[in-house]
Amino acid sequence: MFWTNIKRVIKAGFISFWRNGYVSLASVLVMIVTLSVAAAMIFVGALLHSTLDGIKDKVDVNVYFVTTTAEDQIVSLKNSIEAQPEVATVTYTSREGALDNFRKKHANDQLTLAALDELNDNPLGASLNIKAKDPSQYQSIASFVENKAASLSPESSIIDKINYSENKVAIDALNRIIDSSNKIGLILMAFFIFISILITFNTIRLAIYISRDEIAVMRLVGASNMFIRGPFVTVGLMYGGVSAIITLLLLYPITFGLGPLTEKLGTGLNVFDYYISHLVEVSLIILGAGLLLGAISSFLAVKKYLKV
Amino acid sequence: MIYFDKVSKIYGDNSVAVEEITFNIEPKEFVSIVGQSGAGKTTVIKLILGEEKPTAGTVFFESVNVNSLRKNQITKYRRRVGTVFQDFRLLPDKTAYENVAFAMEAAGRTEEEIAADVPHVLELVDLGRKIWNFPHQLSGGEKQRVAIARALVNQPDLIIADEPTGNLDPVNTYDVVQILKKVNDLGTTVLLTTHNKGIIDSLGKRVITLEHGKIIRDDKSGKYTL
Repeated sequence: MFWTNIKRVIKAGFISFWRNGYVSLASVLVMIVTLSVAAAMIFVGALLHSTLDGIKDKVDVNVYFVTTTAEDQIVSLKNSIEAQPEVATVTYTSREGALDNFRKKHANDQLTLAALDELNDNPLGASLNIKAKDPSQYQSIASFVENKAASLSPESSIIDKINYSENKVAIDALNRIIDSSNKIGLILMAFFIFISILITFNTIRLAIYISRDEIAVMRLVGASNMFIRGPFVTVGLMYGGVSAIITLLLLYPITFGLGPLTEKLGTGLNVFDYYISHLVEVSLIILGAGLLLGAISSFLAVKKYLKV
Repeated sequence: MIYFDKVSKIYGDNSVAVEEITFNIEPKEFVSIVGQSGAGKTTVIKLILGEEKPTAGTVFFESVNVNSLRKNQITKYRRRVGTVFQDFRLLPDKTAYENVAFAMEAAGRTEEEIAADVPHVLELVDLGRKIWNFPHQLSGGEKQRVAIARALVNQPDLIIADEPTGNLDPVNTYDVVQILKKVNDLGTTVLLTTHNKGIIDSLGKRVITLEHGKIIRDDKSGKYTL
């Protein structure tokens, strides 16, 4: 009995989807817009993330050592910094390495190179380049390095300077920008998704409003609530499924077209590559959102007309 | 079979639809309810179907108090009552066959029963050739016959026909009344409401006359007199 009912409900849903072609078409189109907004939000979120990551990656702190510092002292300091949980990477540049970099940087500047050659000794100190996992952690890393260096060599400081204080203003500003971009991004996403859900819900409600007299007839004939509601929920699921599939197909040419542009904008991310590499996740989200939205909207919309 | 015990229905704004009416319908009876618009005929039908609850009094179907039924019991109860209305109330996206089959599906009948009974009952109301037509492809009389077929197909104990001929020409009116009479002859109780004097006078069956929500006459073999 139960399976017969399920079969009848699904069959009735399919027939009604097909026979009410224009209503179905309108609902599917509206839902495609909703799901496209959701997909756009996924991509915008990924782009924002990638851009911020790119900027975060450019932020670092350099510790410059005085030229007399022994290499083993630096290495031991490096090891203890690396052991800190908030530190992502620590790169050591030796005095010779610093000199090489300097020469490369000024390869076209003969005057500077000549001046450098006049010196008997390498004037540059070794340095450590530290990257934190999160930009807000540089303050504590900088003070950790200072304390550690002081304990390694209490009589004379081995550190020439830490450029944290110079970068502090920029880092703080960046932190605020990252914070507020994330917040604004979230609010915008929630807003757009909320609006599109409302529009979809109303469209389906309108489609069912057209059928309110039929629902009354079904009740009068003695159909149970499940038997009346089932076909509408089936149709809602079909709206969601069909719209999701069309949306996912449309995303292919759209992201393909926009891909090079998003990469050029300096986000470091090609949306097409992102779409292809996250195809399963994006498909599941869009399909899941479509099915859920269709089914819940129909379920709630019929409820109104089911009172005995 | 149906028993109204001092039933009153007052709608929210103090408008009295029916007032302390008491009557009894026996099994296999053919009862007509007549009265002017607003006399309370439709309210009586809504009370029997459990669409409205009485403000006072009780409506019984056999020994069951209709108003004490819960939602899923009401659903089952309505399968025992076939209804026919002036405005046909067919499902517009379903063919004649599907409209009748829907009532059987809703009642949980098997596919075999549906395949056997639906064409048979449509044949009975003389629509054998139009079973695959949609309601908008049928005339008023044909639509009403589909509605009657739908009301009959679950072999109900009671058929309620609320002004079934209100939208029909005299020929179709005659046909519909003949079908109802035949159904009654086969043993189903029929409750008919109508404005049509000709029908009442030709039937020669019991007539209950309502006026301003009260029963003013209840004749065993009545005529239409207001």
